[in-house]
Amino acid sequence: MNSIALFIDGLTKYNFLQTALITAILVGIMSGIVGSFIILRGMSLMGDAISHAVLPGVAVAYMLGINLLLGASIFGLLAAMLIGFVTMKSQLKNDTAIGIVFSSFFALGFILISMAESATNLHHILFGNVLAVSDQDLITTAIVLVVVVLFVVLFYKELLITSFDNTFARAYGLKTQVLHYGLMMILTLVTVTALQTVGIILIVAMLITPAATAYLLTNKMSSMIMIAATFSVFASVIGLYFSFTFNWASGPAIVLTAAVFFLLAFLFSPKQGIFIKKRAAN
Amino acid sequence: MIKVRDMTVAYDSAPVFTNLSIQFEPGKITGIIGPNGAGKSTMIKGLLGLTSKQSGTATLADQPIAKQLKLIAYVEQRAALDLTFPINVLDTVLTGTYPNLGLFKVPGKKEEEAALAALTDVKLAEFNHRQISELSGGQLQRVFVARAIVQDADVIILDEPFVGIDMKSEADIMAILKKWRAAGKTIIVVNHDLNKVTTYFDDLVIINHGVVAQGQTQDVFTKKNITTAFSGDLSNILFDEGEATHE
Ligand SMILES: Nc1ncnc2c1ncn2[C@@H]1O[C@H](COP(=O)(O)OP(=O)(O)O)[C@@H](O)[C@H]1O
Ligand SMILES: [Mg+2]
Repeated sequence: MNSIALFIDGLTKYNFLQTALITAILVGIMSGIVGSFIILRGMSLMGDAISHAVLPGVAVAYMLGINLLLGASIFGLLAAMLIGFVTMKSQLKNDTAIGIVFSSFFALGFILISMAESATNLHHILFGNVLAVSDQDLITTAIVLVVVVLFVVLFYKELLITSFDNTFARAYGLKTQVLHYGLMMILTLVTVTALQTVGIILIVAMLITPAATAYLLTNKMSSMIMIAATFSVFASVIGLYFSFTFNWASGPAIVLTAAVFFLLAFLFSPKQGIFIKKRAAN
Repeated sequence: MIKVRDMTVAYDSAPVFTNLSIQFEPGKITGIIGPNGAGKSTMIKGLLGLTSKQSGTATLADQPIAKQLKLIAYVEQRAALDLTFPINVLDTVLTGTYPNLGLFKVPGKKEEEAALAALTDVKLAEFNHRQISELSGGQLQRVFVARAIVQDADVIILDEPFVGIDMKSEADIMAILKKWRAAGKTIIVVNHDLNKVTTYFDDLVIINHGVVAQGQTQDVFTKKNITTAFSGDLSNILFDEGEATHE
């Protein structure tokens, strides 16, 4: 109890904690939204891949002193295109292509980062350090959120139909490939932004765990997106509290909180919870 | 009229068919029959541009089909859909309005009314809030027909719509096809059940890695053509026994 009072007191006193809180909330919203599409399209692995594949972009951006988002976006998109290319031009399954491309990108990024930056910074990139977010980063995060929301609102029906019935979408002439790469671009932006709060390694958890929790609780895509964003925000705020109070890395703290939500939904969801199902069966 | 000229489609190795030419007329229900793996689905996908073709053209009213895809409603064979997708029957039918909604537009009242009317047409009105995972095969197929209704296309292509569904659903779908025919639409149905051919189809195309025969059903559905495309045994069962009972 005392520590919660301390956390709230800290929020009123420290600018860095306020910035961290707002960032965590914004990142929570965007990862819940984008994560919903990632799991509905069966692209969890792709989400993991793109998030790892931005690492060399981050490194190059550091070295050249250019915007992180720019460097990361280029490498994220490049990885998505390479994966598409390898899948199309070989008999290999998509998951194999994903594995090869993202591990290579990540390895390259790791070496570049070690050359460019100190070890502590690498640790922050990998596991997140939301307490060190600058006001400039906060503004960038807010802009990315606006872009994500605009993308989803404007292309809502296209995202729905390509996730649900891609052949139907292609049959009426929708440019499904363009939409796919658009979504990959958005995913890259979210990745780079979420990197501040949870770090590269755990971003996939922010994308899929709250969305999977929401999936267990609703039968409607729009509700799923809302619920996912809500869980994601709660996990981010509660995780931030643990991070502040116990000096844990913010990424693992947030991700574990999200996992607890998932576990509860998995056990007790009225739609698919295993306890509820058992009881209904008896 | 849909015209396909000299279409060749190959996946990895040998072509499924070479220089296939075929046409479909409006105001008719055209059946496509042929053995498993004969290339019926491939022919449909080729003309829609869902599979890349090595050569050939496909036109609707003498214009390339690729530019008029919105005028065609396509119901895939046993839609390889994720039935656990969080969507209900009404919203599934509403996706049929997407082709004719502009970019950034979402379905409104008018579209919803059309979807509800279509669901009434296929006798699923009371199911509109049901999850699609909670439907029988026949009900699901009727949902896709309802989606084709709201799409209000000039051409409707159904790939094996009657497989694994109940007789009532089949009859309900057939009634819709006849309404479409009366409205002058072009209806193309890939079918596997040879017993219904003469009652269901005005025109018939027989395919076996190429066109074996095409034309009016009574001219095309002959013992000779069925023997060529399928087997002598099958045509014996279909034709000789049929005649025997008539005598
Ligand atoms: N996506 C695909 N990749 C490779 N071969 C395919 C693919 N789809 C179909 N085929 C092959 O093409 C041939 C024709 O298939 P299809 O058009 O589905 O036949 P039908 O619909 O008449 O049963 C078959 O030999 C099938 O194995
Ligand atoms: Mg087929």
